[in-house]
Amino acid sequence: MGVEGIGARVTRKEDKRFLTGKGRYTDDMSVPGMKHACFVRSPYAHARIRGMDTTAAREMPGVIGILDGRQLQADGIGNLICGWMIHSKDGSPMKMGAWRPLAYETVRYVGDAVAIVVADTYAEARDAAEAVTVDYEELPAVTEAVSALQAEAPQIHPEAPGNLIFDWQIGDPEATDRAIASAAHVTEIKIHNNRLSPNPMEPRSTLGIYDAAEEHYTCYTTSQNPHVARLVMSAFYNVAPENKLRVIAPDVGGGFGSKIYIYPEEIVCLWASKKTGVPVKWTSDRTEAFLTDAHGRDHVSTVKMGFDADHRIVGLKVDTIANLGAYMSLFSSAVPTYLYATLLSGQYAIPAIHANVRTVYTNTVPVDAYRGAGRPEATYLLERTMETAARELGLSPAELRRKNFIRSFPYQTPVIMNYDAGDYEASLSAAMQAADWDGFPARKAEAAERGKKRGIGMSCYIEACGIAPSAAVGSLGAGVGLWESAEVRVNAVGTIEVLTGSHSHGQGHETTFAQLVAERLGVPIDSVNIVHGDTDKVQMGMGTYGSRSGAVGMSAVVKALDKVEAKAKKIAAHMMEADENDIVIENGELKVAGTDKTVPWFQVALSAYTAHNLPAGMEPGLKETAFYDPANFTFPAGCYIAEVEVDPETGKTQIVQFVAADDFGNIINPMIVEGQVHGGLAQGIGQALLEEVRYDPESGQLLTASYMDYAMPRADDLPSFDLSHQNTPCPSNPLGIKGCGEAGAIGSPPALINAITDAIGTNDLTMPATPMKVWLAMQANH
Amino acid sequence: MAKVTLTVNGRRVSEDCDDRMLLVHFIRDKLGLTGTHVGCDTTQCGTCVVHMDGRSVKSCSVLAVQAAGSDVTTIEGLAAQGDLHPVQAAFKEHHGLQCGFCTPGMVMTAVDMIHRHGGQLDEATVRHELEGNICRCTGYHNIVKAVLAANADMQAGREAAE
Amino acid sequence: MYATSYHRASSVEDAVKLRGEHEEGRYLSGGMTLIATMKQRLAAPSDLIDLRHIPDLKGVSVDGRNVRIGAGTPHADVAGSSMLRSVCPAICALAGMIGDPHVRHMGTIGGSIANNDPAADYPAAMLGLGATIITDRRWLAADDFFTGMFETALEEGEMVTAVTFEAPEKAGYAKFANPASRYALTGVFVAKRGDGVRVAVTGAGADGVFRHAGMEAALAETWSPDSVAGTEVAPADLLSDMHASPDYRANLVKVMAKRAVMAAG
Repeated sequence: MGVEGIGARVTRKEDKRFLTGKGRYTDDMSVPGMKHACFVRSPYAHARIRGMDTTAAREMPGVIGILDGRQLQADGIGNLICGWMIHSKDGSPMKMGAWRPLAYETVRYVGDAVAIVVADTYAEARDAAEAVTVDYEELPAVTEAVSALQAEAPQIHPEAPGNLIFDWQIGDPEATDRAIASAAHVTEIKIHNNRLSPNPMEPRSTLGIYDAAEEHYTCYTTSQNPHVARLVMSAFYNVAPENKLRVIAPDVGGGFGSKIYIYPEEIVCLWASKKTGVPVKWTSDRTEAFLTDAHGRDHVSTVKMGFDADHRIVGLKVDTIANLGAYMSLFSSAVPTYLYATLLSGQYAIPAIHANVRTVYTNTVPVDAYRGAGRPEATYLLERTMETAARELGLSPAELRRKNFIRSFPYQTPVIMNYDAGDYEASLSAAMQAADWDGFPARKAEAAERGKKRGIGMSCYIEACGIAPSAAVGSLGAGVGLWESAEVRVNAVGTIEVLTGSHSHGQGHETTFAQLVAERLGVPIDSVNIVHGDTDKVQMGMGTYGSRSGAVGMSAVVKALDKVEAKAKKIAAHMMEADENDIVIENGELKVAGTDKTVPWFQVALSAYTAHNLPAGMEPGLKETAFYDPANFTFPAGCYIAEVEVDPETGKTQIVQFVAADDFGNIINPMIVEGQVHGGLAQGIGQALLEEVRYDPESGQLLTASYMDYAMPRADDLPSFDLSHQNTPCPSNPLGIKGCGEAGAIGSPPALINAITDAIGTNDLTMPATPMKVWLAMQANH
Repeated sequence: MAKVTLTVNGRRVSEDCDDRMLLVHFIRDKLGLTGTHVGCDTTQCGTCVVHMDGRSVKSCSVLAVQAAGSDVTTIEGLAAQGDLHPVQAAFKEHHGLQCGFCTPGMVMTAVDMIHRHGGQLDEATVRHELEGNICRCTGYHNIVKAVLAANADMQAGREAAE
Repeated sequence: MYATSYHRASSVEDAVKLRGEHEEGRYLSGGMTLIATMKQRLAAPSDLIDLRHIPDLKGVSVDGRNVRIGAGTPHADVAGSSMLRSVCPAICALAGMIGDPHVRHMGTIGGSIANNDPAADYPAAMLGLGATIITDRRWLAADDFFTGMFETALEEGEMVTAVTFEAPEKAGYAKFANPASRYALTGVFVAKRGDGVRVAVTGAGADGVFRHAGMEAALAETWSPDSVAGTEVAPADLLSDMHASPDYRANLVKVMAKRAVMAAG
């Protein structure tokens, strides 16, 4: 490891611009003639649109144009799609209802857009939006998935009778039933995974610019995957052909999944720019973000886990109902299926697993991937079940887990995944040691003297990251491949640009990707620039989500670097009259091994571009492109331990200790990896203790539409974290990287709930464990 | 419509704006200083924090006309061009930022906090003082570290100067 | 925010005159509630009369045990007043719990009590201290001032200019914050004075801030945290929302009262 190479704690190259206010986010963009948009949104959860009157609104000051869904439809703009086909167990395809960018027949959730108003200023656009009169016929609404499946529930889409999108299964139902019937002990539990709002601090924003002379569109947008946005807007929404559409995702202020999807606003602003003849910018306010950003989680499950007399798991049966909201968002169908049920084996050898998943339409904003996406739901379900089982069986939580750990690899689970490497015992032991697990009883007694109830809880998680092998996901219904691309451009003076299809919105790619180049070529990271987020600059790429940028994106860079190195070696060999197989690259020089012959990196680059003396037949230049398609998922895993004190008088939980022991494989920059874990933990702890999206079940109104009612984790809600790493390199990619972006959010919720239920002596507590809920649980226990 | 004159980052500025224009929009849209952000509608997230007459305020909850005659410092004015204020330097050193969106508000908050507490800061105080600033990326762990480190650096600087 | 017109008042008289000229106008003090409400288009005053530049409205003065706080004094200045802390540390502590540091730099005591948000902290202090609210035209006892949720005895155009109270023998405030908004889910201010004990509760009452007679009697008899235990708090009179049921709030009222007495010493 060099001072800037792989494994070094390099401070971030991108920080200075963010720290000095020079970051450039979409809402910071301004172009000549730019005007502002405000959307007219449904105040009802479910209603038929009988008509719309924009006469008064058009007369308002500053108004340039008001456009609706019929005009959009007439111009041939298509409906929004879900890009992952799931078939029900009866073989029928999922039932996708029409999602119009601007609704004109029916609105299906509070916030559904029905018109766009473009005006000189945002304030004027909003004034006029309020003056648009929409004649709604309110219909009955349903917001909870279980209720939506009832016979008398309102019907949301004609395409999906009974609001059922699909009824899917995985695993062997008969073998699982037999295993559970024969079990010495069966633990049964109901699991509710609370609905969350991702809440990146930067609200979504988009700027649509139509150039009439070139018939060309430019879309600035808050996206985690600008190329996918361009592809989908071209191929499916018919906004413009790809060569006439440039998508730029500049600095993006966090995503956590919510900025993967292509939302109506991007499409409508591009189209509105053409219709009105002015560049159109829209920026969400926070209330709109709560109303319209895709939510996460929202599962209800029942679980049966059978154990033999020796406390080994013999079978796991899961029945899940997942709320997908009013429309099927881009990856929504994959989340409660292939990103969830395929992880139900956890870290445990379970011979028989069966999961049934029903997904359901409701009159709520669409639900899609949010940090972890399916894997937090699987981990929470398993780890709450394991904890409950340990209590029922009278075993320590660690003992029950150890008894069931998978210990040899590769390991084929009954639910598709083939785990390639791991050491679950190592993380468990490290976490228990760091947490001083054995010292807990003394701490509990001391806390009791202070009138506090102290509890400890653990969680052993596994996730499938490095998403994903294209052929595998294609066979499972994905509409796209999930490879990644890279281009390494060596300039004539030896400086380097790396163009990547990954997108950084906080992850620090400008630093870590440069570290990889520094490691390989021995050049300083300041001579390496990372270029991303612009479809005019970067070759097709698939973007950042599913902890894939390291495992997939950087692997593509490795492949491109391999090609660059091979060519550079050929040139150097030619220059030094040596055999190319004898050339090594060290400290920014190319050397003939075992001799003192060297040529500096920049001279090789210069030679490539002067082309005065290249090997016979070699093309000039030094620039290579690679596409990397992973051979397998990666499997980060770890053990988290939470220790809490509950105030018995108020029910308030204080986290007194949080330990995370993670196996992410090889690590490029420990500082950045730790930061990713910290952030993930905060979101997981937020889910466990604070956060929940609530709709009024009768009216369908969103009750948690601002930070006044949606509890975001703040600094004083959280402790400092104790982190360690136990690294078993990933065998399936060249860097041995597993990914670290989602682990914290996946592993932490059950650790917290296990700790609180340990403290107050119950198994019955749902997330978020608010002070009131914990207090009520204690009252019920008395 | 009013003519609003105030001092921003040491420079006297004068712009016409609607009475309903918020200070944050005046700073961003009229002056083009886009380092100050808007992250919520309810005076809670703190991405818009600037200093007005020496005190941290949420510029999303102050009208530009209210600020007329004031002396305002934004993130762009905290250090000379190309330099980092000790708080900015500490955020970089301790990885106290990820996506960068809350960062200007966090930094302006930290500078105000360190001044008010005269060097007397501990972890619990820093966490409490960050009540008005929300970060979704860092879990606050490294922000707290950065503020404490900057506080120690600045305290050492003060003592050395004495 | 809807369109509005801004006026900067230079004196109390100027402010009252400006306000009189604009029927749909509002006084604007720190704006920490009003601006936020206007941003959400839940309030639409035609005119705003800015009080922040009126020197007479600012500052804390202490004369023996008599305290006067100008209506335009920001929470941070109340929290940080050493003079005030020496006679009534509880109100400094309370002011230091309002909002966050930035809000405390702008928000004022006059703005807070004139708004009488059911979850605001200052109304509990005013009622608990038995303070007098001074307006541009009269003096009002806190008992008469707070008349219901977001309701006060202020008449059209009347403006709070200061509050005054006699520092109590002992006082304490304990607050249980709403996990989301950080406003008081329940806050209790207790004060022991020569003429008895006052207990004021904010955040919990269905009609806004209220006094609790049972606790006042119990604490008057024995000033001790334990005295609260035997009292009754009727859930029927308390707020119900997604963050707290009336039963939970009733529990919090007792717990916070106990802790307020502990804080008072």
